Amino acid sequence: MTGAPKAYLSRRYRLSASHRLHSEAYTPEQNRAAYGKCNNPHGHGHNYVVEVTFGGQVDEATGMVCNLAELDAFAQTNLLDRFDHMNLNTLETFQKLVPTTENFTIEVYRIFERFPGAKLTRVRIEETANNSFEYPAEYPTQIDDRKG
Amino acid sequence: MILLTRKAEFSSAHFYWNDAWSPQENQRVFGKCANRNGHGHNYTLEVTVAGEVDPVSGFVVDLKQLKDILEREVVSVYDHRHLNLEVPEFATRIPTTENIAIAIWNRLDGKVPNAKLHRVRVYEMPDLFADYYGER
Repeated sequence: MTGAPKAYLSRRYRLSASHRLHSEAYTPEQNRAAYGKCNNPHGHGHNYVVEVTFGGQVDEATGMVCNLAELDAFAQTNLLDRFDHMNLNTLETFQKLVPTTENFTIEVYRIFERFPGAKLTRVRIEETANNSFEYPAEYPTQIDDRKG
Repeated sequence: MILLTRKAEFSSAHFYWNDAWSPQENQRVFGKCANRNGHGHNYTLEVTVAGEVDPVSGFVVDLKQLKDILEREVVSVYDHRHLNLEVPEFATRIPTTENIAIAIWNRLDGKVPNAKLHRVRVYEMPDLFADYYGER
């Protein structure tokens, strides 16, 4: 496969979930000051768009970086079944971690890092049409440079 | 250096099939995409070029010129065509989104005056796209 072109495949998944931004380390006043409306004790929700990117040499036989059916099945089990139509604060992951979209993005990265079919290069989450988060910060090709 | 991106659209038919495999194996790996009658997509192409801003024109490249290059090299060849049957590079290579991005890179590389091709992004649909940066 040496010398085969290296491409990146990105797939978007949509999920809706509620959350409340609140830190146990802050006083109620500090929580309200830090998180504003997002500190509402009853929570609020978003339609999240989760974009995952995988990089690798394009397989000669399939023309693919990774098998989309396998990726979709992995996402169904490990992302959508776990987070879609859930209250993020009630989940194990966010018992000690504020469910900001920064933390959610890093958590989703840890999940898709375990996808056996291809190498994850980036996760990008849109919390709203105006807010999006990417992890890691480096551009895909820079990550390759760093890792040789 | 600055990056500049131009979009174009084309609508094409394709199917996924590896001649070296049995029909059953093609069906197993490619699923619905292995239907030999083909299916189609509205593709969106985003071509990003890198270059220096010309001090007189203020441009990296003339967008009209870039639009014409995309039309000539890609859209006129791919649009309303069956990629497997009518586009030469896919006679021997499966027209996956990844391979389409690579093929478009190869069509455009060196054709854009005063700029270097930086990235070719092909959306097969809004939730699925491939990027190619010329890496091997």
